[in-house]
Amino acid sequence: MSEEVFDRGRRTISGCGLSGMMSLTGERVDGRAIRASIALLHERSNGLGGGFAAYGIYPERRDHFALHIMYDTDEARRRTESALEDDFDVAQDERIPTRPHPGIVNPPSLMRYFVLPRASRLEEDGATAEDYVLARVMRVNAEISDAFVFSSGKNMGAFKAVGYAEDIAAFFRLDEYEAYIWIAHGRFPTNTPGWWAGAHPFTLLDWAVVHNGEISSYGINRRYLEMFNYQCTMRTDTEVMAYLLDLLIRRHELPVEVACDVLAAPFWEQIERMPEERRRLYSALRQVYGGALVNGPFAIIFARHGEMVGLNDRIKLRPLVAARKDSWLYLSSEESGIRAMCARPDLVWAPRAGQPVIGRLGSEVVAGEPAHGGRIAVGQEATSE
Amino acid sequence: MSSTPTDTKGKDRARAAARARAQRAPVYRRSADFRWTHDPEQCARCKRCVQQCGFKALSWEDGPVVDPEKCVGCHRCEMFCPQQAIAVVPQVQHYRPHPLWTQAHRQNLYLQAETGGVLLAGMGNDLPYPVLWDNLLLDACQVTNPSIDPLREPMELRTYLGRRPDAVEVTLGGDGPELATEMGPTLELETPIIFAAMSYGSISLNAQKAIAMAAEECGTLWNTGEGGLHEDLKPYAHRAFVQCASGRFGVHADYLNAGAAIEIKIGQGAKPGIGGHLPGEKVSAEVSETRMIPVGSDALSPAPQHDIYSIEDLRQLIYALKEASNYEKPVSVKIAAVHNVAAIASGIVRAGADMVYLDGFRGGTGAAPTIIRDHLGIPIEIAIAVVDQQLREEGIRNQASIIAAGGIRSSADAAKAIALGADAIAIGTGALLALGCTLCQKCYTGRCSWGITTQDPALTRRLDPYVGSRRVGNLLRGWSAELEEILGAMGVNAIESLRGSRERLRGVGLDKTTLDILGVKPAGVGA
Ligand code: SF4
Ligand code: SF4
Repeated sequence: MSEEVFDRGRRTISGCGLSGMMSLTGERVDGRAIRASIALLHERSNGLGGGFAAYGIYPERRDHFALHIMYDTDEARRRTESALEDDFDVAQDERIPTRPHPGIVNPPSLMRYFVLPRASRLEEDGATAEDYVLARVMRVNAEISDAFVFSSGKNMGAFKAVGYAEDIAAFFRLDEYEAYIWIAHGRFPTNTPGWWAGAHPFTLLDWAVVHNGEISSYGINRRYLEMFNYQCTMRTDTEVMAYLLDLLIRRHELPVEVACDVLAAPFWEQIERMPEERRRLYSALRQVYGGALVNGPFAIIFARHGEMVGLNDRIKLRPLVAARKDSWLYLSSEESGIRAMCARPDLVWAPRAGQPVIGRLGSEVVAGEPAHGGRIAVGQEATSE
Repeated sequence: MSSTPTDTKGKDRARAAARARAQRAPVYRRSADFRWTHDPEQCARCKRCVQQCGFKALSWEDGPVVDPEKCVGCHRCEMFCPQQAIAVVPQVQHYRPHPLWTQAHRQNLYLQAETGGVLLAGMGNDLPYPVLWDNLLLDACQVTNPSIDPLREPMELRTYLGRRPDAVEVTLGGDGPELATEMGPTLELETPIIFAAMSYGSISLNAQKAIAMAAEECGTLWNTGEGGLHEDLKPYAHRAFVQCASGRFGVHADYLNAGAAIEIKIGQGAKPGIGGHLPGEKVSAEVSETRMIPVGSDALSPAPQHDIYSIEDLRQLIYALKEASNYEKPVSVKIAAVHNVAAIASGIVRAGADMVYLDGFRGGTGAAPTIIRDHLGIPIEIAIAVVDQQLREEGIRNQASIIAAGGIRSSADAAKAIALGADAIAIGTGALLALGCTLCQKCYTGRCSWGITTQDPALTRRLDPYVGSRRVGNLLRGWSAELEEILGAMGVNAIESLRGSRERLRGVGLDKTTLDILGVKPAGVGA
């Protein structure tokens, strides 16, 4: 067997803590609350990786793609920047501001660039701006060793490192950014010592995913994605999640709810009880997307502009709790993680296996929120009006 | 205790016959493969053994007497002896041993020197080629991902076969998401195990009925083989592949429309490049009616399909059959696993087939030239791996399902086949074993003592289709339950999460090249 085959398959297995918060009205807050939440989940990680994604943080540069790039060598930086110069109009480049922290050792050089695709090249390519950026990001990550683009969306950014998540927040000075969606991740890998690029969140354009779990169906999910030209090189299950979401939602244009029902497919028994039309749809989904069914324990939070989603595997083998307070939606691995963001939520509930919780900007209704009367209130008097 | 002291008459007769043979052909002295022994002290003199022997190896002369040359070691007499007075044991080699000129080689050579003919055999390849299943191990969960308890949690084996689009188009209507994609016909199975093609003619009607009933009961599929569809099996046709092979026996429009799916048989693992051979002895009146051929005539299917000399011809036949069945039936193309199987399978998918049925070199047969059965083709393990990989690389894996067969002996083999990339596996020999077959490999004689591969009413009536279907159904249920156990141990609860997941396989004792071809890591390499 070629080295390559070994390498491609070897991946990090990890348990984790997750948190997320979203203002459904677009109100922005700084990173202190999310940091408090993931700090409280300290025991769920082991200091080998963590990170955050924040939406709405670059309002002055809202139309530019914000590339966050880490470099291990000057050579990598030189090569990457010359590639960027060729393909993009770079409006601004700067070091990502950091504050030294004893918990964060040997940081790579961290840069960010606000860019627009070079118009002439984009036209030549005939691709959408998104695909154009995605292709270049993938190329840098695959071809320039020691350079890694870890965030590439507009008006959003990912911040990740090896260390405990709360230390990472301090290091990246997240108290100085304001966002309407924050998601966070603290990692507990069982093997390979953490690797900066391999920390979560995993991002793709403005998508960010944090994930707790080990995908038991990794082998087939990876081979399935290869058919659609995704090469899983990151050695993390989260990468598989992110690519599946990209394939289903961006490329196959499935509604988010339906994409979630592909990842955590309803059982045939449930499908059989659906009304005829529904049954046909779900039967088709399972027949076509068997390779995209993510089996084994997982809880994920993923976000893009205007949307934050929490999802469990089909039999809920990893924890996920949701809560509402006014126009805020909270998600976390534990209820305590929610109460660290919001001491007195109006409603706390445990989302059911495979049923997504979806918060959307501008909509007060959260998909997956238990209907009135069916609420699962945990130690909270304010739940019954 | 080989025979009774009282049966001197019988003994004398056998001796005389042997002498006569020796004179006729002085070089050739055929040794029996089995030694039939009988304990007269135990014998109740019921004559049951003589009645039970389908091969007419026993006669009664004041006690059972065996013609050692006729005994094939099927063990029917032994199992039916109420006194356990009979023991049939393999005959030890009595030539001077030679590692190159094994007894089997010498035996065959003598036989051919006498007859000048092609030697025939039944069942699958019996030479000790490596069995790759036995070099593959399955994974299980520990700590970081939990196993799932199949006794308490749902486990899904449901499988669909047939062509699928690459994506589903969904529109958002008032009542939520709606399906906008037209789905073609697919086959729904409750377990990823189906039955291999075994024609009426090669097996008895009772055997076929037992399998058909089990298929219906277990929500899976059976296969008519190339022998047409007997009247009695029409009620089960909706769970059948109806086969269209090179002999075109019994193929007509009603037949094509009676089944759940249509299968074009190009080749068979036991005899790649050779058509079906049904000896005239097995062509009874009823077989003749179903096959639409004269009674007693040898039914020798042409080696190729004479309207398929290349891939574009196959395409025409696929579409001719689809036209004839109004595009309501998925079409499978069955090929033997040969060296170039990946490219051939890809061509088959591009030619419009909805399923590719791969039959490995260990697959069974009712009758095949021994030399072909034992030396042509490649292992099914390899064929699955290369075909699945090729279809994926070409991005056409969704366009057709892979059915794998040829030497699958247990649910573990099935799980490994599925992990390598098969959508479903088919069993032939396994089903016959469930019906009583002891693998004596003499199916081509049409004398099967178990009433399976024979058309002699005295023998076929031994096989009660209802009892048989219960046994075959039990086999399917047992394997399915074991597959659920395997899925649970692996921490997944749907068969599609195992399908093609080679990450859950590890090789032991396999060389690097083979591992590479299988796409499997060696044991000891982690995730
Ligand atoms: S052929 Fe079978 S039934 Fe006949 S004697 Fe031999 S073992 Fe017994
Ligand atoms: S089917 Fe009958 S004849 Fe053929 S191997 Fe089995 S027992 Fe022998």
